[in-house]
Amino acid sequence: MADNVKPKVRVPKTATAGEAFTIKTLISHPMESGQRKDGDGNVIPRSIINRFTCDFEGENVIDMTMEPAISTNPYVEFEAMVPANGTMTFTWYDDDGSVYTETKDIEVS
Amino acid sequence: MKRTGLLQAAGLIGLIAMATTATAQDDNQLVVNGEIEMITDAPAPENIGGLKTIYSGWRFRQSEMQALQMDDFENPGAYAIDEGVEMWATAEGSEGKSCASCHEDIEDSMAGVRAVYPKWNESKGQVMTLAQQINDCRTEQMGAEAWKYDGGDMTSMEAAISLQSRGMPVNVATDGPVAETWAKGEEIYYTRYGQLELSCANCHEDNYDNYIRADHLSQGQINGFPAFRIKTGKLTQTHNRFKGCVRDTRAETFSPGSDEFVALELYVASRGNGLSVEAPSVRP
Amino acid sequence: MKFTRRNTMLMAFGATAAAMLPARAMASVEDIVAAFTGGADVGSEGLTLTAPEIAENGNTVPIEVSAPGAVSIMVLATGNPTPGAATFNFGPLAGSQAASTRIRLAGTQDVMAIAKMADGSFVQVTQEVKVTIGGCGG
Repeated sequence: MADNVKPKVRVPKTATAGEAFTIKTLISHPMESGQRKDGDGNVIPRSIINRFTCDFEGENVIDMTMEPAISTNPYVEFEAMVPANGTMTFTWYDDDGSVYTETKDIEVS
Repeated sequence: MKRTGLLQAAGLIGLIAMATTATAQDDNQLVVNGEIEMITDAPAPENIGGLKTIYSGWRFRQSEMQALQMDDFENPGAYAIDEGVEMWATAEGSEGKSCASCHEDIEDSMAGVRAVYPKWNESKGQVMTLAQQINDCRTEQMGAEAWKYDGGDMTSMEAAISLQSRGMPVNVATDGPVAETWAKGEEIYYTRYGQLELSCANCHEDNYDNYIRADHLSQGQINGFPAFRIKTGKLTQTHNRFKGCVRDTRAETFSPGSDEFVALELYVASRGNGLSVEAPSVRP
Repeated sequence: MKFTRRNTMLMAFGATAAAMLPARAMASVEDIVAAFTGGADVGSEGLTLTAPEIAENGNTVPIEVSAPGAVSIMVLATGNPTPGAATFNFGPLAGSQAASTRIRLAGTQDVMAIAKMADGSFVQVTQEVKVTIGGCGG
């Protein structure tokens, strides 16, 4: 597992049912592209987060495939809408098999 | 006047193209998180000869990069801050102390600190940078090992401390006991180094707002340091940036933490007296 | 091996093919597009790609894609050694069929976005992003 991988998510605490709101996510990860070489000229193996998903109570909001062209500390911004109170789950999948998750509760007014 | 004319250096003419499509330092206003209003231009301090107005490096960046600094959530340098704050409360060394053992809450005790560094240390009888003061605390108070001057731990701690002064105007002393060091820094600033025979002033005073090849030259202000550099993908410490600049003149550089860079930091910091502390800023 | 005229010509052909290798990256853009669209016709209306005209540094280039009614949107950095950048698949709770991220560009190149719409049709747009080196060598 890459060192110091920390997910951060910004979601409004309250939302209106059926109305879109913005979600911002960021995770600290080097996203080693597999294209770089170390000081001795050896290729540094690829090590990236290759997938990111956001679900609300089992229903999908977004499912994103990430390739080596995604920048260090991947940032993703998108919109969601929810029908009722519940928990939003964010999941990042690492090349090395690690899975990082973050959850946020949302109240619908 | 120590400032040498641009035309003296024939090589420089080739390097710096008089920009016809310059975006100029723009009029955008920097407000971070929708609440911290930054001063990004100010009248030049009286003892700074070559400038009328001082501008933060932020003003020379493209709007996409400017935006990264306007919201901590989007600022890629913010992670280092979290690390710094964590280390603040982590005991290390033979005395079993952390920074917090003496200084307690970082938000209260460190507010305003960044804005006045480098500053005179009476007991040491010398000008000290914030990094030197941090290492002094580590070795003298905590019984811990000194950090590498421009290493990751130091840069994160400096950033966490600097954050507590964010928005406050830089206000380093230039007279009294620091006058000698300040003058030495000024001399370094106007001295041409390296095979390209460039002084700091050649780029950052004579030619700010012009392009050096594809790079939009700023005034080289350090009010935003430590700065997250897109190029390296990490937070960068002032002396590390100095080193890169001097190396680009094809000179042997001074070392981070050297007397020369301490003096230069004091002088360059004073050129930004009046601009807001911005750390962590975002730069190319 | 005897160097017959025929063999020599074949070898020359091989050398030419080897010399053309850099062009393979473009071919693989076509492959990726073909795999995504299944070779279907591609329109040009209904998809917006927002990217800076000039990026001060290729390491972090902000991009945004938006295609109301899309099922998924793929983004390609056509001039990168591996052109794939991201594919956004929108679920039933997506508030819009739009997303932003930050990508790496190896140099000045066309960034391409292709959206698969709900009716199975495809839309494609490209935008050139000029990448400057930025930040001096320091």
